[in-house]
Amino acid sequence: MSGSVLEIKNLHVSIEDKEILKGVDLTVKGGEFHAIMGPNGTGKSTLASAIMGHPKYEVTEGTITLDGEDVLEMEVDERARAGLFLAMQYPSEISGVTTSDFLRSAINAKREEGDEIPLMKFIKELDKDLDYLDIDQNMATRYLNEGFSGGEKKRNEILQLMQLKPDIAILDEIDSGLDIDALKVVSKGINKMRSDNFGCLIITHYQRLLNYITPDFVHVMMQGRVVKSGGPELAKRLEAEGYEWIKEELGIEDEETAEQNA
Amino acid sequence: MTVETKLPFNQEYIQAFSKDRNEPGWMATIRSKALEMADSLDMPKPDKTKISNWNFTDFQHSYKEAATIASLDELPEELKAYFDKDASMENLYIQRNQTAAYNSLAQDLQDKGVIFTDIFTAINEHSELVEKYYMNDAVAVDQNRLTALHAALMNGGVFVYVPKNVQIEDPLQAIFWQEDTDSALLNHVLVVAEEGSSVTYVENYISHNDTEETVANLVTEVFAHDNAQVAYGAVDNFAAGTTTYVNRRGVAQRDAQINWALGQMNDGNTISENITYLLGDNSNSEAKAVSVGRGKQTQNFTSSIRQFGKQTDAYILQRGVMKGAATTIFNAIGKIEHGGTKSNSEQESRVLMLSEKSRGDANPILLIDEDDVTAGHAASVGRVDPLQMYYLMSRGLEQEEAERLVIHGFLAPVVSQIPIESVRKQLTQVIERKVY
Repeated sequence: MSGSVLEIKNLHVSIEDKEILKGVDLTVKGGEFHAIMGPNGTGKSTLASAIMGHPKYEVTEGTITLDGEDVLEMEVDERARAGLFLAMQYPSEISGVTTSDFLRSAINAKREEGDEIPLMKFIKELDKDLDYLDIDQNMATRYLNEGFSGGEKKRNEILQLMQLKPDIAILDEIDSGLDIDALKVVSKGINKMRSDNFGCLIITHYQRLLNYITPDFVHVMMQGRVVKSGGPELAKRLEAEGYEWIKEELGIEDEETAEQNA
Repeated sequence: MTVETKLPFNQEYIQAFSKDRNEPGWMATIRSKALEMADSLDMPKPDKTKISNWNFTDFQHSYKEAATIASLDELPEELKAYFDKDASMENLYIQRNQTAAYNSLAQDLQDKGVIFTDIFTAINEHSELVEKYYMNDAVAVDQNRLTALHAALMNGGVFVYVPKNVQIEDPLQAIFWQEDTDSALLNHVLVVAEEGSSVTYVENYISHNDTEETVANLVTEVFAHDNAQVAYGAVDNFAAGTTTYVNRRGVAQRDAQINWALGQMNDGNTISENITYLLGDNSNSEAKAVSVGRGKQTQNFTSSIRQFGKQTDAYILQRGVMKGAATTIFNAIGKIEHGGTKSNSEQESRVLMLSEKSRGDANPILLIDEDDVTAGHAASVGRVDPLQMYYLMSRGLEQEEAERLVIHGFLAPVVSQIPIESVRKQLTQVIERKVY
């Protein structure tokens, strides 16, 4: 059995009437790891948020489908239950709700009523993943993200990824603010997910994450579009040479300069 | 000109009521004087809540004795949920309407001189002891018209007495079950913890009168003597037909502690005052309260800690969730009196609004008459954070479930402080029922 297909066509997204995405085309299939790179402010995180249904982002044009189903018609929770997952750059703190209670609710949300995960099985699998990610056992009983350090929050996002086992995951700057040890652990968790039934879209600012997670495809976003796609070698070249050569090659002017010229 | 009394009770009635219960003279006198005073006293004036249209004074007072409870199997399921099934059923008092229907206290506590009995028995058998504390230093008869009415017509309650240096490990539990709603409940809870003693007391008020109207006028007085510790938990769960005035006060002497955890889950209009006096040096108090407002009910909660002693420590925490067209005012008042040097007063009040029509207000008040002190406050009124909802829903939780988690999390700091696990669970269920 092959995995799911997330298909994004001509996606335009605005926030507070300012258009950020100006026609993004991208297809992620089960078994594939895609990396999206690009300078700051080019719409990478907007793409992630729009796929998941963040309340502030408005899709003005284009389509997103998951296995042919219209994702844009779905509520946020329906998108999750359909198989999408977003590891967020800034996860919310939920006071008074323990990480383990939350996780169990989330796992059960995907299961039929009457088919809830047995408590012992849940605890066993949670302990296993906590160990794998080098997370202190007591995180399970702490309130979700409350008082977590930046690194703990990122590990917690990957813990949720491993527990919820989505078909397609989007990782929004999962590497930001991580030291090298934490980066290795987080990468280890993501790599463990690799299978024909799991597709992943990795959004990152830095190439260094890709030293630990090898993408099958690399895409460069600029000014709200995917302007160049290639294999892992593209990431290496970006790391070595920066983004200027792409701008020159494609004749992209900086937006501010373009506005001044207009 | 004779005073036109609006109250449907006269001296004859009150004296007969007192005599029927073989009350000592001092009690009959309190009742009689209180009734005399009631008419000329003002109603309480809760800040920002108008209660002139509320009925606190027109009710039926006479009642028939209810059947006692021989075995707890006789209780309806709803009530059984309030205590642990496997528990020994010791240290339990159940009041059915106005009747002491079940009462047990562990033998070893009896041997140590602990008293845990209904208020009428206490007034008869421990007259001097009760007289010393009853409506003197905590709640005054003449505080307002409702306290006077309470004193005149008190018709139920419980007395807890912990002798010097006696530590009670297991909680004492009282259930005030208003099975019938014919008569108003004027319940009096008196807790006295002597020097160096400690006790945990938890009470539940339960009624089912969604439409029949009645009144609850409740007074609690807690006395913690030097170095005594009192943990007081409550879940108030009167149905929509009951209009409630509840006045819970504590007096803490040197090195004493009084901690309150109040689950205020009434469905009817409610005025609640919870005031603690930290008289002794180095005394401390935490006053924690939660409430869920729904329907058209109006509620006003005041939590106040007044600090007279030196190096006293006070913490007020209020959390409220409002839905429907409910209106709730939370007043948190920390007061450090002149002379209360090196004292600390902290407070936090937060209200979560779930509907457009609900209204909530949190009023943080700090009154400081001393220089060498520390104090802090936080207050907020807001809606469920859409980003929290987005985060939770992005993991597959339906909106309702996500909101449920946020609300439980919001109320957890108070709910988790309720001392008995079964009562805590019960409170959680009541919250669940009120929110959805």
